[in-house]
Amino acid sequence: MQNNNNGYLDMELLRFTTAGSVDDGKSTLIGRLLYDSKSIFEDQLEAIEKASKNKGAEKADLALLTDGLKAEREQGITIDVAYRYFATPKRKFIIADTPGHIQYTRNMVTGASTANLAIILIDARHGVIEQTKRHSYIASLLQIPHVVVCINKMDLVNYDENEYKKIKKQFLEFAPKLDVKDIDFIPISALFGDNVVERSEKMNWYNGSTLLHLLENVYISGDYNHADARFPVQYVIRPQSDEFHDYRGYGGRIDGGIFKVGDKVKILPSGFESKIKSIDTLNEKLEIAYAPQSVSITIEDDIDISRGDMIVKSNNLPNQSQDITAMISWFNERPLQIKGKYAIKHTTNEVRCMIQEVRFKMDINSLERDYEDKEVKVNDIARIKLRTTKPLFFDSYKKNRYTGSFILVDEVTNETVGAGMIVERT
Amino acid sequence: MNKYNLTHLKELESEAIFIFREVAAQFDNPVILFSGGKDSIVMFHIARKAFFPAKVPIPLLHIDTGHNFDEAIEFRDNLVKKHGVKLYVGSVQKSIDDGKVREETGFNASRNMLQTTTLLDSIEEYKFDAAIGGGRRDEEKARAKERFFSHRDDFGQWDPKNQRPELWNLFNGKKRMGEHFRVFPLSNWTELDVWQYIYMEKIEIPSLYYSHKREVFMRDGVLLATAPFMKLKPNEKAEILNVRCRTIGDITNTGLTESKADNLKDIIDEIAAERTTERGQRFDDKRSETAMEDRKKDGYF
Repeated sequence: MQNNNNGYLDMELLRFTTAGSVDDGKSTLIGRLLYDSKSIFEDQLEAIEKASKNKGAEKADLALLTDGLKAEREQGITIDVAYRYFATPKRKFIIADTPGHIQYTRNMVTGASTANLAIILIDARHGVIEQTKRHSYIASLLQIPHVVVCINKMDLVNYDENEYKKIKKQFLEFAPKLDVKDIDFIPISALFGDNVVERSEKMNWYNGSTLLHLLENVYISGDYNHADARFPVQYVIRPQSDEFHDYRGYGGRIDGGIFKVGDKVKILPSGFESKIKSIDTLNEKLEIAYAPQSVSITIEDDIDISRGDMIVKSNNLPNQSQDITAMISWFNERPLQIKGKYAIKHTTNEVRCMIQEVRFKMDINSLERDYEDKEVKVNDIARIKLRTTKPLFFDSYKKNRYTGSFILVDEVTNETVGAGMIVERT
Repeated sequence: MNKYNLTHLKELESEAIFIFREVAAQFDNPVILFSGGKDSIVMFHIARKAFFPAKVPIPLLHIDTGHNFDEAIEFRDNLVKKHGVKLYVGSVQKSIDDGKVREETGFNASRNMLQTTTLLDSIEEYKFDAAIGGGRRDEEKARAKERFFSHRDDFGQWDPKNQRPELWNLFNGKKRMGEHFRVFPLSNWTELDVWQYIYMEKIEIPSLYYSHKREVFMRDGVLLATAPFMKLKPNEKAEILNVRCRTIGDITNTGLTESKADNLKDIIDEIAAERTTERGQRFDDKRSETAMEDRKKDGYF
């Protein structure tokens, strides 16, 4: 790993997700990125070479690097989300590596939830297939800001520009059904490394970035909402020491916008107004703080504030309602129960809710809506209406991924059974 | 860089602070697993940030194999005194004396495996409902799949195929009586991130991490420190070298690196140029390909 020792303070963090199945070269691509950026260590390489030989393979199978669980290695499939790390002097990267089959939709959704960027892999021999649409739809549903379509295995189509253009056109034909702002296309061969880290000598007709160059340079400063100030109170800090006798700070992570000392703020749900007195961290007092910083905020007036409350700017309020319409991704073997009650976790708040109705289910292969079948089973995606016991303070998911999302928890088993993205105010 | 953008270290720090506060809010009796190694020291530093200006409201638990580096114990005791935090010690020696575990014999005898019993017994004895560990996903392939909030059944076991999905920054710490959670605030950090963070924040670490002279011997390609309870094989020879620790654990399986790096900048340069993982120098992981997954399922750190 090349490390710019003096420059590390300027490094940024980019989280990206890859979805794919055994055949489309996903593991080879990840292996290539790690290998070419010198992020695979000798003992790791030795270990997978040994394991590959045991399985009778001639070459080191780079997929073994990403498939960490015993069951995955035995079956040769990726079951769960695996997180991988590599860095260049410019950025540190976190890869959420997820399986691509439809029965693992929940894992893809999980991996996509925190990603800045999604890599969609297309096999140049097959073009846009059902799986491409599914992966693209999930990227769109989870509002991943940047999508990179890698047309892989170009070596198997003679590095032909026309094949690349044909697939790009196919993708752009169904893209209007998606809600993705930023799409790039790159012709690559993960196996031989063309246009992954190094430019391809065999595709002189392609003038765009290599994949790594794009990952290093894509503009991510706008990925957090810096317009609408939202601070869910996570933990009340009361030292009760001699030095900080009357200190009462509100610890939390800023979910959106920018807060400054002196800002006029409103506390929800009480509706009391006050001003920000200080923004504290162990190292220093801050004048200004923004998403996604974790800080401690104190306010001028003595108001009763507790976990689950939200501090916002007086002139920019979130929605408040007990009636929520959302897209839901279902994770559990037991189907969603209409009229069923669940615990709902939204920001740092937790209340109970009842499922009112299922509007439609999404066929994520055809991107068609199904208004007939109302049974939401594991790996299904549906639009639902629910009612909470107390009002939530939220934005649409499209506006803010952190104030617009929630999870449902089964009150008997305590399992996380579904993830919701709030669509609109109802 | 844009003015409203965090550096990677600041973003990782913010994420870890969020996890600490979430643990304090969701659990009644959490504890920080503290080994005296760099990861647990970084964890404690972040805990201070999470609760500043209050003291860290979570006590520490050290699972003591009895085979320690003296410097690490001294460091631990100073930190506890300086920050006024409560320390619990779970003793592997006591588990052996009580007949709960049997000590391994032979040249490669290690108390590493025995720690699991002592850890689970301590969790039960003090009724801890969340044990916060310094584990990172880059350390080992089984850890790459572990959640920030990792659920354990009432036998302390991990079921890797049935983990709760974790999305956005919503963490589900709900559990039944007798169950507990392992929580890993540094999940997304790499070894290099930890060292850069120590450098950036000027965090004090035990002198063992800097180059020093020590009596060592080579076994199966790993440099180990000599100690009264370590038996040398006939072909092994003790010698004095300039070494530093890359990790600090039980003295019987902590590999040392020959190095002259006596300051953080030089260490970071060496780590960045390293071609093996830090766990590659741990004897305990060399036992089998799924050694870590097997131990984790049983309740290991």
